[in-house]
Amino acid sequence: MFKIMVGQGSCGISAGAGKVYEALQNAIAEKHVDARVSVTGCIGMCFLEPIVDIYEDEKLTRLVCVQPQDAAAIGEFLQTGDERAVARLKIADEDSAFLEKQTRIALRNCGLIDPESLEDAVAHKGYAALREAVTNRTPEQVIEEIKISGLAGRGGAGFPTWFKWNAARQSEGSPKYLICNADEGDPGAFMDRAVIEGDPHALIEGMLIGAYAIGAQEAIVYVRAEYPLAIKRLEKAIADAKAAGYIGAHIFGTDFSCDFRIKAGAGAFVCGEETALIESLEGQRGMPRLKPPFPAQSGYWRKPSNINNVETFANVAWILQNGGAAFAAMGTEDSKGTKVFALTGKIKRGGLVEIPMGKTLRDVVFDVGGGMRGEKNFKGVQLGGPSGGCVPAALIDTVIDYKKLSATGAIMGSGGMVIMDESTCMVQMAKFFLEFTTKESCGKCVACRIGTKRLSEILTRICGGEGREGDIELLEELCARIKENALCGLGQTAPNPVLTTIRYFRDEYEAHIREKRCPAGECAALVKYAIDPDKCRGCSLCSRKCPVGAISGEARMPFVIDDTACIRCGQCAEVCRFGAVQKG
Amino acid sequence: MEQKSDLSRLELVLAQYRDIPGSLITVLQKAQAVYGYLPEDVLEYIAQSLNIPAARVYGVATFYTQFRFQPVGKYFIELCKGTACHVNGADTIARTIREDLGIGDGETTEDGLFSLKYVACLGCCSLSPVMMINGETYGSLTSAKVRDILSQKRKEAGADV
Repeated sequence: MFKIMVGQGSCGISAGAGKVYEALQNAIAEKHVDARVSVTGCIGMCFLEPIVDIYEDEKLTRLVCVQPQDAAAIGEFLQTGDERAVARLKIADEDSAFLEKQTRIALRNCGLIDPESLEDAVAHKGYAALREAVTNRTPEQVIEEIKISGLAGRGGAGFPTWFKWNAARQSEGSPKYLICNADEGDPGAFMDRAVIEGDPHALIEGMLIGAYAIGAQEAIVYVRAEYPLAIKRLEKAIADAKAAGYIGAHIFGTDFSCDFRIKAGAGAFVCGEETALIESLEGQRGMPRLKPPFPAQSGYWRKPSNINNVETFANVAWILQNGGAAFAAMGTEDSKGTKVFALTGKIKRGGLVEIPMGKTLRDVVFDVGGGMRGEKNFKGVQLGGPSGGCVPAALIDTVIDYKKLSATGAIMGSGGMVIMDESTCMVQMAKFFLEFTTKESCGKCVACRIGTKRLSEILTRICGGEGREGDIELLEELCARIKENALCGLGQTAPNPVLTTIRYFRDEYEAHIREKRCPAGECAALVKYAIDPDKCRGCSLCSRKCPVGAISGEARMPFVIDDTACIRCGQCAEVCRFGAVQKG
Repeated sequence: MEQKSDLSRLELVLAQYRDIPGSLITVLQKAQAVYGYLPEDVLEYIAQSLNIPAARVYGVATFYTQFRFQPVGKYFIELCKGTACHVNGADTIARTIREDLGIGDGETTEDGLFSLKYVACLGCCSLSPVMMINGETYGSLTSAKVRDILSQKRKEAGADV
């Protein structure tokens, strides 16, 4: 009997996994093969989707980039056992290395189990740690185990998890709430989505253990509305866990009772900030509260509340099963365990990567990710999204550790890792993030509301060729004031993308301001297009394509671009078949 | 108020959530699912029913990007402008859509067929640049691919009529 798993995370589905799944079912029915096709979550190798894993007992045949029309060949392979039928679909050895170089704890079951099956989760040790915790350990012992593990908040701040749990446990007041922050708003990050879509029971179990530890009666997942599939799978997982008695009254026959529900966010980046998230849970605009009091003292409905990120919770059951010491054995003095990164941008093998702390950025980008896609050189990596910064190629050997990454001016963040090559303009990059934070600023404090607006205006001016002498210093001063005075994490970290790009790519800013030149060739206003008369064959394609009629010439003679009319859209360069349109 | 929405369609939602504190956002989400957007009279009615000042209801609704105050087209395009998509050319895709449909962020075509909205991140970064049409994701976009998809949708709509 064959067991066939089709990777159906959001990325697999958008690559066409749903159609592959159907085609496979038909092929199997047609060939009367003894096989069961089921769904699994994101295996992490997004660059090879759709992925089909075929298990014959323990033996795995992994097929990649599968299309519905390949179903017949797969059916033949299942029927005859002849691997030649699917040889062209088999994963290449160098791509297999993507997974082999990882250590998977938070993602331990992603891509291995059917996320919609409680039985499958239980067969992979699901809820065993919860049972053991509530029947054999005191809440204090659970907190102690987490303390030994050194687990720190994976949402970005890196605060020790045991400390937050302990504070909430010690806090007077009832009821208490345990909340999961699944409002993954950082553009370029999808770790949490993958965990929920691929192994929702790991999250539920981690949260229930947390609820037991702090003495919470209700657990709430605050999840982005933009993740419909994650919500759907989590809803099913909660219903199944309730029916099985893992959620509700007297869990495993003990005195521990806990309710569980989902609250869908409505789209606001600031709600990743814990007090803003609480406001939003209460049906208000997501505006942060002043701290202290901290949520552990006065959180949801002013009751003691504890908030952790999805990835943090996904580690918890593993830690209880394997011991805090096993987790702490991985990593550095300062940062323990593993971290999941979403590797994207100009990278050859993009996807989800979980590696032990203490590895270097080089290990992730080149060893696991396979280096650059395309021929351009590696320029840097953006870490931590709008709160993070750009680490240049020269610092590629930086160790992955909360302190070491912060020393570069970037942050560990939630795990977004966007790889950039020479065609990425760093001033544009800063402008991109500041436009984002300007839009997402909740407006409560002046430093952030007006500060981010001014930053983004100055950056827009520089990119538009109207940069002035002194702009860099002005940006730096403004950044310092915003960091000092903003109310919450969003505002305090919003200047990071500007500060790190100035720190490492100052020459690019200077080229924009003084020479009105964009070295990466990305800033439209600073780029000029011209036709190389030697290469132009006079086919007139560019002229027909130009939306403003700025290109003229006679057939079979070199064409010319009128620079005063040109709007720098670049379409002429895109359509030219002879590489005659030069960008400079 | 000019518009007259069928408010009875909200009764079930309101009955379910009226007595649960902190449910405003959930009610707004359900209302949007019913009407496709949040008409002014619906907001008014929610305010009355939940006994919350209308100004606060409007304040909450406008705070979150999910809520819309205008009806959207038959095809609702969400174009991802996240970091990975930015690096991989989301701006070119935005330009292609503008050329093809003549609409930008937050706009709807005159025939009411397409609406476009820029969103921060759809979480399918490895397939960037990405867009979603009525909840279905389209990845690894190029200008040519976008034009194909849009004309495909136009054909589908034609077949419906």
